[in-house]
Order: sequence, then structure tokens, then C-alpha cells
Amino acid sequence: MKQTADRVYGWFERRLQFEAPLRDAVLHPVPRSTASWFYVFGSAAFTLLFLQIVTGVLLALVYVPSAGEAWNSLNVLNHQIPFGWFLRALHGWGSNFMVAIVFIHMAQVFLFGAYKFPRELTWILGVFLLVMTLGMAFTGQVLRFDQDAYWGLGIGASILSRVPWIGGGLVHMLLGGPIIAGATLSRFFVLHVFIIPGAMLLFAFLHVWMVLKLGINEWPMPGRLVHRATYIEEYNRMTHDDGIPFVPGAFWKDLAFSGAILAAVAVCALVLGPFGPSGQPDPSIIQTVPKPDFFFLWIYTALAYLPPAMETPFILIAPLVAIAILLAIPFWAGEGEKSWHRRPVAVLTVSTVAVCWGVLTQLGTTTPWSPHMSAWSGDPIPARYLRNATPLVREGAAVFQAKQCRNCHSIGGSGGERGPELDNVATRMTIDQMRFKVVSGGGNMPAYGKNLSPAEIEALVNFLETLHPANEPPAYDAARRAVDNLQAQPSAVPPVANPAPSRGANP
Amino acid sequence: MNHETQPQQSGLANPAPSHPADPLIVSRRWLLFKAGIALNGLVGIALAVPVLRYLFAPWRKDSSYDSWISLGPADTFPAGETRLAIYKNPSANSWDGQTDNVACYVRHVEGNQFQVFAINCAHLGCPVRWFPQSQLFLCPCHGGVYYADGSRAAGPPERGLFTYNWSVVSGELLIDAGQMPTLSNTASLVNIPTGRGDCPCRG
Repeated sequence: MKQTADRVYGWFERRLQFEAPLRDAVLHPVPRSTASWFYVFGSAAFTLLFLQIVTGVLLALVYVPSAGEAWNSLNVLNHQIPFGWFLRALHGWGSNFMVAIVFIHMAQVFLFGAYKFPRELTWILGVFLLVMTLGMAFTGQVLRFDQDAYWGLGIGASILSRVPWIGGGLVHMLLGGPIIAGATLSRFFVLHVFIIPGAMLLFAFLHVWMVLKLGINEWPMPGRLVHRATYIEEYNRMTHDDGIPFVPGAFWKDLAFSGAILAAVAVCALVLGPFGPSGQPDPSIIQTVPKPDFFFLWIYTALAYLPPAMETPFILIAPLVAIAILLAIPFWAGEGEKSWHRRPVAVLTVSTVAVCWGVLTQLGTTTPWSPHMSAWSGDPIPARYLRNATPLVREGAAVFQAKQCRNCHSIGGSGGERGPELDNVATRMTIDQMRFKVVSGGGNMPAYGKNLSPAEIEALVNFLETLHPANEPPAYDAARRAVDNLQAQPSAVPPVANPAPSRGANP
Repeated sequence: MNHETQPQQSGLANPAPSHPADPLIVSRRWLLFKAGIALNGLVGIALAVPVLRYLFAPWRKDSSYDSWISLGPADTFPAGETRLAIYKNPSANSWDGQTDNVACYVRHVEGNQFQVFAINCAHLGCPVRWFPQSQLFLCPCHGGVYYADGSRAAGPPERGLFTYNWSVVSGELLIDAGQMPTLSNTASLVNIPTGRGDCPCRG
């Protein structure tokens, strides 16, 4: 039996001749310090790439890349094919994990100075792999052809349309025609299934090839500087004097971590299930609140907070500048200190980017800038604000509700966050200021002068004037109050300094 | 074919004696090699023309996509009100599914005066929603707000809603439409002050 096996192996080996290069790759010595849990993210990203390829091919057995049928085929996958939902969930969670692992891998490699001589090209290919990973995440979100995908494409087209001169042509190229339709999905299918994965496989192969040929980056020690003239020799001495074979010395940790990541993806898929699809991609259904996937929420936030004049330059130029900086790093700092202990700027940069990303993502999940489209019809005005209220104040509350003020302003803790919450508005603005603001708008407030009758405005501001704590009087205009008091009692004493309101107060 | 290649293969198996010193043979081989590259280059260029033409097929003039489409009888839009209307995009394919049902807002100002707004917010193209009670269009994405006449009221958009050219022909309301309205196929990327928003979809 064993003889037969050996003969068969020998027959193939004689023709393929894989043994020698494989043995070299497996047994090549690596610095002992690199057999570390910090060095497992690259191999985990590679494992996830293969998980995505396998699950992607399996999904393509059922998925129909047609604008008319894609959404239906996703629902068949979710509900009719045994474990179709699980395959979709694996692919979706695998994508999220892959983006996360690729970013962690890049941060680790950056902090360990691994991009320095002679590994510049490895880093550059890695930057392209990062861009392609994000490209896969976006195109994959489009293939989940639902409302979010449809309007996400609309946002992509709107961004491209801002490119000077050729914006219109680029939009048509992106969409494959004048609108988001069948041709759009077909070309995103080609990108997601043929072009980007093909390029990714090639780049990932070269990336790993160079890791094997140039050796894994040694653990950085403060004060051990990289010099082009001497580095290779020092590295070879290090692996010779204090090296261990890559397999199994360092590789078992890669194996263990990859297995753990695959298990984590599977658990997330099993417990949390697949992503969508949300509503069908029918643009005539406008009752939708489009939102990008998790990893693009920060862009969504940035687009809400940028000043309008900066928006177009930012969204068109910033990504290119960011990629150019990443590509330039190994040439700008190709030598010198590798240890993060002596690279404060590098550490600060990574932590700043991470904090910014976290804050923008957190804001993107709550979207305080978006009106709550149904707040006006969903949440009633708290009854305590209307206890003992005059008919005029009640009428004002009805106007407040009916005119969708609550889509942007919260009251009693519910409603939009686009504008300030109005529970204590009377302490901030006098009734005249509120009247002026309602009629003529200002800042982010639309002007309601044409849309409200004078009686409605009067009722509304009278309601707003009751919105103050019981122990805090509403703001008032001292001059006007003096005139009012004099008119009421022409022969009385001058007005008191802080007259209490007479219109009632909320408790 | 096989008969012709047979002798060559056997020739490879027993390599002929080389002529390292003969520059004539080498240069002739290099000449043929270069001629081979030139031939492939020429064929490549000849093939690239139709391939690029095919690839860039969607890159057409805006006007070639647009045509006049009916939104139905004009009197289905009551005067003084703004209604959602849906039309089929003129360049539809059978596999487009629901995606070529395009929505727009028709505002019947009075008499024979209309305004037809694109559904897409002028900021990033999200679908704006009409609230008749407050007479405002609100965008769910980044909080763009527009007045009833389409002019910008608040939020990140730098201009009013995109509008379609319209015309009433024998009682039917027609609009000139056919592509997703964006900043590139409308007026241009200029700051339009608050309050107008009267910009046709085709610049």
C-alpha cells in the first residue's frame, strides 16, 4: 500500500517538481521573535479570502445577476434552499471580518515598521489589496440588490457626477447607462466576481511570495536601525543564529488564529444571520431610509458634516491623497527606526485615525443629522406639557405635531435630532425670537412663513413659550415687558426686575 | 498540421549545434522575433478599437438618453398640490425589473403652470419625501430640506431640487427625462443661492 502511494507520489513529483520549492518555503528559518500572536493577521486575511471565494462560488450557483431577478433569488436563498441563509451569512460576515482583519493587519505592519527596506513593494501591494478589499465590500453590497444597494449606487453616481468635465460620462460608465438598471447590476457582478477577485488573487500571491523570499519582518527593537547597506546581512545573521523553521515554529499560531477566525465567522453567521435583502429595488417606493454597510458609515457621516464648499474637493481628492500617502510611506521612511517605542508620530497617527473612524461610525449608526421621517405621526406630545393648557396652547401643540416639526425637533425625548430639542426652548428664546425663527427660518431651519397662517404661528409660539421648567421663567425682552406693564397699569410702579410668566409652565 | 510540427519537435529533442559566433543568424532570429511582436501589436491595436468602442458604449451625450414621456392627463394633478408620479424610463430593457420605474414629483402650481421635480436630492441623490402639511421636501439621508417650489430650504444641498422640462400637449403632461439627474447633467457645479431652485435637468 505504502509502496503504491510512494510510486504515485513519485510519478507526480517527477513531473510537477513541487517538493523542493515547497520544502524551502515551509522550512525557511524565521527570527524566533516572529513566532508571535502579533504576526497572525496576514494569514488570517488570506484564509478569509479563500472563505469568500468558496462561499461566493457556492452562492453563484443560485444567485441571478439580473436586476429583475436578483432580489427574488436572494429571497430564495434565504428561505427555500437548505442552508442558503447560512451561506449568505457566512459570505456577509466573512466580508466584515475580512475588512476588519485587513485593517488590523495594516496597522500592525505599520507599527512594526515592516514596510521599510527591503519590503517596500510588499507594503505597496498590500495597499492595493486593501483598496480591492474595500472594493469587494462595496460591489458585494450592490449585488445584494435591495433598496440600500439601489440608493447606495445613487450616492456613488452623485459623487462621481461631481468630477469636473467628465463627471457625466463617468456616471454613465458606472451605471452602464442613463439610470440604475439591469446594466448596472451586470457590471457590478463582473467587478465583484471576475475583475477584482482575479486581481486580488494575483496580488495576494505576489504579496505572500515576497514575504517568503524576503523573510518575515523581525520583531522591532528600539535602537536597531534599518540601513540599506547592511540590513540584508543583519537579517540573515539573525535568522541563522536565532531562527526557527517557519513550520511548525511560527505557523501553528497562524493555523490556530485562522481556525478561530473561521469559527467566529461561523458563529456570527449562525447567531446573527445573513444581511438583508431589505426592500425590493423599486425606485418608486420612496418610503426608504438608505444607509450604507457598516464599513462605509464613516463616509456617510463625513458627507453629513462637511461644509458644503469643502464637500466636492474632499470626496474627490481625499481618497486619492490617502492612497498616495500610503504608497509613499515606504519611500519616505524606508530606513531607520522600526520600533513603535521610538515612533510617536506613527503611534499618534494610527490612534487618531482609529478614534476618528470610531466616532464617525458611531455617529453614522445614530444619524443625528437625519430627520425622523415618521416622528410626527408616531410619537404624541407628552401629556404633562398640556396639563391645564389654554385652548390656544393646545392648538399650538396640534400645529407643532401636524407640521412635522418633530421630524427634526425632539420633545419629551422622542423626535428628530436635526434641530435642537425643544423641551426648554422658552428659556433660550423670547416669544418674538421664536416667532421670527418660525416665520423666516435661518441656519438649518426652513422658513415656515408661507406655510403657516398667522393664527397657526401665534398658536405655535404660544405653545413653545410654555416649554420651560417650572422653576425657570421663560426668556423675555425687558423693554417689551416694561411697555406691556405700563400699558396694563398706566399709573402703577415700574416693573419688577424678573416678572414671572403668566402663561403657565410645565412641571 | 501534426505532420508539419512533428519534425520540429524531434529537432527540439536533439538540439542542433548552436552558432554563437554567427551574428547573421542571431540577428535574423531577433528580426523575426521583433516582427512577431510588431504583428501582435498591430493586431492588438486593431482589436482594441472595437473593444474600447464596446466598453465605452454608455459614454454618450446626455441628450441622446432623454426623450419626452407622458405622465398621464394633466388634470389628474389637482391645482395647488404636489403629487408623486411614476413613469417608465425610455431606455428600458426587459431584464431591468422594477428599476426602470422612475418616480418624480408633479406640482400643479395653477392653471397651466406645472413644476416637475426629480425624486433625487441634489446633495447625493437619495429619494426626498413630500410633506404636504408643512409644504416641505425632506431628505432622509443627510437632512436636505426644500420648499414647495423646489428651492433649497436647509441642509447640505447647495441648490434646489432638479427639475424636468415639461409641456402639456393635448391634455397630457409630458416631461423630458431619461437619465438619473445628477450635478453633471444639470446646470453645473455652481453655488446657487437659496431661494430659486429653478434649474432644468438638462443644462
